Amino acid sequence: MLDLLNGFVVELRNAGLPVSLTENLDAMEAVQHIPIEDREAFKYALGATLIKNHAHWRSFETVFEVYFSLRGPEYKLVQDGDDDTDIDELWRELQEQQQQEGQGGAGGMDNLTPEEIAQMLMSALMNGDQGMMRAMAKQSVQRFAGMEPGRPVGGTYYLYRTLRNLDLDGMLEKMMDQARQEADGDLTSLEERLEKEEFEDRIDKFKGEIESEIRRRLVADRGAEAMAKTLRKPLPEDVEFMHASRDEMQALKKSLYPLTRKLAARLARKRRHGRKGPLDFRNTVRHSLSYGGVPAEPKFKYPRPAKPELIVVADISGSVAAFARFTLMLVYAIQNQFSKVRSFVFIDGIDEVTDYFKATEDITEAIHRVNTEADVVWVDGHSDYGHAFEVFWERYGKDIGPKSTVLLLGDARNNYHASQAWVVKEIAQKARHVYWLNPEPRSYWNTGDSIVGEYGTHTDGVYECRNLRQLEAFVEKLA
Amino acid sequence: MTTTDAGAPGSTTNRFESVQSVRDALRDVNYLADEGIAGVAYLADRLSKPVLVEGPAGTGKTQLAKSIAEITDARLIRLQCYEGLDESKALYEWNYKKQLLRIQTERGEQGEDWTEIKDDIFSDEFLLTRPLLEAITATDPVVLLIDEVDRVEVETEALLLEILSDYQVSIPELGTITATQIPLVFLTSNNTRELSEALKRRCLYLHVDYPHLDREKEIVLSKVPDITEHLADQVARIVRSIRQLDLKKAPSVSETLDWARTLMLLNIDNIDEQTAKDTLNVLLKYQTDIAKAAKELSVDD
Repeated sequence: MLDLLNGFVVELRNAGLPVSLTENLDAMEAVQHIPIEDREAFKYALGATLIKNHAHWRSFETVFEVYFSLRGPEYKLVQDGDDDTDIDELWRELQEQQQQEGQGGAGGMDNLTPEEIAQMLMSALMNGDQGMMRAMAKQSVQRFAGMEPGRPVGGTYYLYRTLRNLDLDGMLEKMMDQARQEADGDLTSLEERLEKEEFEDRIDKFKGEIESEIRRRLVADRGAEAMAKTLRKPLPEDVEFMHASRDEMQALKKSLYPLTRKLAARLARKRRHGRKGPLDFRNTVRHSLSYGGVPAEPKFKYPRPAKPELIVVADISGSVAAFARFTLMLVYAIQNQFSKVRSFVFIDGIDEVTDYFKATEDITEAIHRVNTEADVVWVDGHSDYGHAFEVFWERYGKDIGPKSTVLLLGDARNNYHASQAWVVKEIAQKARHVYWLNPEPRSYWNTGDSIVGEYGTHTDGVYECRNLRQLEAFVEKLA
Repeated sequence: MTTTDAGAPGSTTNRFESVQSVRDALRDVNYLADEGIAGVAYLADRLSKPVLVEGPAGTGKTQLAKSIAEITDARLIRLQCYEGLDESKALYEWNYKKQLLRIQTERGEQGEDWTEIKDDIFSDEFLLTRPLLEAITATDPVVLLIDEVDRVEVETEALLLEILSDYQVSIPELGTITATQIPLVFLTSNNTRELSEALKRRCLYLHVDYPHLDREKEIVLSKVPDITEHLADQVARIVRSIRQLDLKKAPSVSETLDWARTLMLLNIDNIDEQTAKDTLNVLLKYQTDIAKAAKELSVDD
């Protein structure tokens, strides 16, 4: 048990979760009170002692699944065994049913046709029958995934193969049809929406079952340590903007909101505290009048640091679009920390998008408008920093003043166009600060057509912003 | 669910028998706990550790502490945190007016020397206990609730550390006061800022999220009297649907309950689009959110 827990903690640390020694000890103590057979309670016990941040829960769950879902017989959890028998019974019952109905399928479950499987899955989903869904997941993986022992393929490949055969989208349609029939007539749009969400939820659950089934089989095949390594998921704040998958993007978006709230609270606090000022003689004397000339209430001159005016110039061409989007979202979420925020986006042409953000309170909607409406293509829609900067200087250069801080976002991959680095130099002379944020890893800078160095020499600093953590650190420094 | 062996080594104050018993007891006082909540409450008792409860506003974090107090027959001592909270409001304070009086009454008489007075005025009699010290010194069972701990400054957090890890308070003039019995401690946080590592390390962590469909329905059924099963189901489903939208502030459980009560008052027993739209302002508190939800609910897709 001790070894198992230790291995588990090491794996958590490898996955980037901070687990301290005391937390480890707590976990050891906690598991003495919770029987390992009770899977859920055991998971929560470990979670409560080891994980102190909700954003880390997903990573924790993955590691837990790998480590405790299936080990050698000495770790085999009782509950799993129970499940198996349940499922077998279900299967037997189903087969009997079908035999009675005279649909064939006498030779066990392997003889079911795909149509029959689809039929059964649909009835399971319609009724929301958990046990049945689990059984179906097991069966589908066995039939469709085509898993071969020792084959070095990731779980996603098997998942894809299984889901392709099941056609869950079509299933959703059919389920909706059936729901409509059952309702005898038309559903109102509200009812329809609710039904659909219910079904989608069940299908998601089913997908989860399939995933964990595949994972179980992979762990059985390759062992927990190896699997833990391949399944390791980066924490949301460590996900790289440039290579994030769709799911990761969703997770990023979710963690962005609490992050901005925290950032805003921290910045506001920073502003309020730590102020020391010299005695304001005039004000003190004035207030002393109400105490008969005794300066009982000293007044101080607190410094009032000016809020910077922010100008964001972002490249939104394909490769760096996600990065630009997140930076804009973050900046606008804390815009009350700045006296004014103006934003420009470009690919090879440049356009001001400040109004999109002013028009609505909903940042996501504004971002959507930026992506669809902004006029950023000049010739061919390939990044041309030189031209974009030149036009920017021509049109908006006069608006840059000693209070402005200019943020330039992009990977500076200029497709071998002229760099026009003099614009950055001019901006740097007029503005208070110019920073360049690059979403590429530092080692890629100035390779190929990247000319970040050429621009960077004129700025006050070039920062690597590959993930939310780095971006947050930079923005905090800025405000 | 299986029961653990009762009477773990060293723990003399076992309040709960098993995870399931916590859950059942909470259900009896109309708090529907899920596996995680009950499990952590049980562990908090067994390990004698405080619990840090985090989660969105209005998901029943404070209610959890109240309910636990209720099922353990304990007194709830609540410390509401706010910016600027300090030692004298959270831990203890010397009753200096009383001390002054004491000194003045001595002044007339001769013979009593200074050390005696000093020992006298820094004694229990002149100590005003504040919530934290009160929880420590209480002889009856108590549950200590430190509410919205994320509101205090990082520096003030340090005040809590001694009491959380060792259940003791050091008062320079009196020495260290150790707890006579270990209270259950709950800290709640709305997660507006990252709490310090030192604080987190000393606590068990529990994240309370919006409940699942079935649990929310049960909550509505148990908290709103006379509501029909059908209506509760509809309420829970619509709320889930709204929570999936990208809103400024998703409806909390308490708002769900408010909404259910509103519908009861209006004698509505089946929600259609129009009633949903008309009563959205109970659920959502931002105009943009209301507009968005109204639009989404009526779109036929």
